[in-house]
Amino acid sequence: MDTRPLQAAIRFGLGPRPDQPLPADPLAWLDAQIEAEDTPPPPPQDFEIPPGTVEGYRIWREKIDAQRAMRDTRDTVWFLVRDEAAAMFGWCIDTPAPYRERLVDFWTNHFTVSRRGGDAVSCVLGAYIREAIRPHVTGRFADMLVAVIKHPAMLGYLDQASSVGPGSPYGRKRGRGLNENLARELLELHTLSPAAGYTQEDVVQCARLLTGWGTELRNEPVGTVFRASSHEPGPKTVLGRRFEEGPEATEALLRFLADHPATQRHLAAKLVRHFVADDPPPQAVSRIAGLLRDTGGDLRAVAAALPRLPAAWDPPFSKLRSPADLITAVFRAGGAAGASTGQAALSACALLNQPFWSAPQPNGWPDQAADWLGPEAAMQRLDWLYDAAGRFGRLDPMQVLETSLGPLAPRDTLQAVRGAGSTREALALLFASPEFQRR
Amino acid sequence: MSHLPKIGRRGLLLGLTAMAATARARLAFAETTPATATAGESRLVVIILRGAMDGMAALAPYGDPAYRELRGGIALPEPGQEQGLLDCGGFFGLNPQLATLHRFFREGTLLPVHAVAGPYRNRSHFEAQDLLESGASERLSSGWLNRALVGLPEAPPGKPETGLALGLDLPLLMRGPQRVGMWAPPRPVRPPPDLYARMAELLHADPALGPAVADGMRARGYATAVLGQKRDLRGGFVALAGIAGKLLATPEGPRVAAMELGGWDTHADQSRRLGPVLGQLDAGMSALQAQLRGAWSKTAVLVMTEFGRTVRVNGAGGTDHGTGGVAFLLGGAVAGGRVLADWPGLAEGQLFEKRDLQPTRDLRAVAKALLRDHLRLPAGAVAAAFPGSGAVAPEAGLFRA
Repeated sequence: MDTRPLQAAIRFGLGPRPDQPLPADPLAWLDAQIEAEDTPPPPPQDFEIPPGTVEGYRIWREKIDAQRAMRDTRDTVWFLVRDEAAAMFGWCIDTPAPYRERLVDFWTNHFTVSRRGGDAVSCVLGAYIREAIRPHVTGRFADMLVAVIKHPAMLGYLDQASSVGPGSPYGRKRGRGLNENLARELLELHTLSPAAGYTQEDVVQCARLLTGWGTELRNEPVGTVFRASSHEPGPKTVLGRRFEEGPEATEALLRFLADHPATQRHLAAKLVRHFVADDPPPQAVSRIAGLLRDTGGDLRAVAAALPRLPAAWDPPFSKLRSPADLITAVFRAGGAAGASTGQAALSACALLNQPFWSAPQPNGWPDQAADWLGPEAAMQRLDWLYDAAGRFGRLDPMQVLETSLGPLAPRDTLQAVRGAGSTREALALLFASPEFQRR
Repeated sequence: MSHLPKIGRRGLLLGLTAMAATARARLAFAETTPATATAGESRLVVIILRGAMDGMAALAPYGDPAYRELRGGIALPEPGQEQGLLDCGGFFGLNPQLATLHRFFREGTLLPVHAVAGPYRNRSHFEAQDLLESGASERLSSGWLNRALVGLPEAPPGKPETGLALGLDLPLLMRGPQRVGMWAPPRPVRPPPDLYARMAELLHADPALGPAVADGMRARGYATAVLGQKRDLRGGFVALAGIAGKLLATPEGPRVAAMELGGWDTHADQSRRLGPVLGQLDAGMSALQAQLRGAWSKTAVLVMTEFGRTVRVNGAGGTDHGTGGVAFLLGGAVAGGRVLADWPGLAEGQLFEKRDLQPTRDLRAVAKALLRDHLRLPAGAVAAAFPGSGAVAPEAGLFRA
């Protein structure tokens, strides 16, 4: 029996759903998802169209102004973030094109913007994913990089707004200087990685180059601005390449970094680690890095190539599902409706230590099993899975097993589920099985 | 009404956490501190069995000539036979799953009440439960036990509330004007130990999950030896009953506790399905007595359900919603060792609407006796607990002097 359709739904999707038949041809199914137009999640509750940056900042201003006036203390920014996240999580539970959501998730995590950046960042988080990530997951990496770095969410999260060229008019007048945060993470996390061997001077030059970019939260037009008065004058040199003064240099730098071989290797290793194995097989990494080089960073080509890596199919279940992925897979296996379970899924993420959009650091959520499996964390997974199994008391556990693991369920798992004393215990054992906790 | 600052409840919860973690230390404390004599030395536990326990299966009238025919395949063997009833005086017998209750009966601390019902005569679980808890002929927003607590002495400042509800929800029985404490198992509800064991076994060979779960189990104190043992029934209820006993035994702890146990709606395959639930109830009462220790002698427990079930077995080996049923009164304060029943008989003309056990005793008479004679509440407080029940006199002689 060909298990690849099922494997595709597990490895490259978010887990099978009972109401979504498995594809006859897994590669064609995955290709179709990346060829099709993007279907974004429904707008959050109470919105007819998804709120953009302008709307996000309006909500932020209302909250801040109300606080200052000691009026209304409702946390409207939190409501917005929560409802955005619930809508997106709900969509992951529902979507018939889960590979696309996996790609969105991968790139969102690669370019982490966290709620830990505060309200002024959180209020545009949903807009950030819609505006800077989603349009480019099957486009060019360089375009995504430009959109991300110039997005107010990233500029706010990595403090770019407070970085002032020391030689700029504003810097000289106020004695202000650089904040290297965005420049450093751009080189270290978003593009080259430390393996490229750049120096502190490269970071400083990069920070000088980026000065001027900031965010406008109150005055029209709100969003990203370039303040020439804060921009460091003169040319800059990053990794031996000279860039001229002015805002145009930023895009030139970003495209240079995007096409750098070190960036291609870094991205390839992360992609293969995410979709294939914790220790990415070197051959597979070379293949993806070469593809990035040969196609000028075409992420559609990369998305098509990942399922064509032999290592992506053998062995199965080589990756541990992250808490968010595990939770999504449980709700999908139970045939839950995203609209009514998005909130519950969010709470579960918080319980299992992966609170939504709240990665502790700019390097995002980890992507290796060991990072998620402290002894207590492993037990909490079991606890939650038992709790979740209680939601599906009306389902036939053998049917859920058939949907979620089918012929990939080994005898031990089959027997444990079959021999359980109640539906809840049967489902808890299925969800806790090594195969279900992996993908 | 109590107006304790929030810290009172918080202190209770913190105390409970400590108790769960260091049971030994707390028990030692309980032993060395002389019990302070207050007006509220009596302990009361009310247990709601949700789903309608089949009274005829819990306490079978095996002496009634119609019993065996009506019950058919779910009739229980007579006392003395294999898996036979546990005799209670030659006419009634306890279900063989209720061994602890039978011990209480022999010790004189169990008083089963048969052919009992509240005033409600329809057969909706949810209406019936609401009225059972409201203590009135219409649904109220407060429960009779909560209103009764208003008549008890206030908890001293900083001490736990007099009333305590165990479980995730505050039952209607305990809702109302009087503040009560709550104790809930940690969320999410953890799997029973034997399920952990099966999960760990399933994950054993996984290179990442296996070692992590093994370490996690050790860290949480599930010794391998314990996990290797065969499955036991120690689920949520038994644990909660033990905790209730431990708390009620504390000198300045709560005095009144409420808890509930579901799983009684046995429309099919009753012989197989009822056993485990009865077993949990029985094990729970055993745990409660064990943890109450010396306070057992001052304790009365009322076990009640919303109604009984049909006297005839149905086509699925089960029973359907009925009327008259069984309540249990138990504890060291109870004058037991006998069955309290005006037996209506099971012949065709003796049944309620030709299908149910005819109720001959009002459950409120038993509950009102609990409040008047056990908690020693004034008449006004008893009346407030059961409004409109003036015609129902408290049952006399249920408690030891």
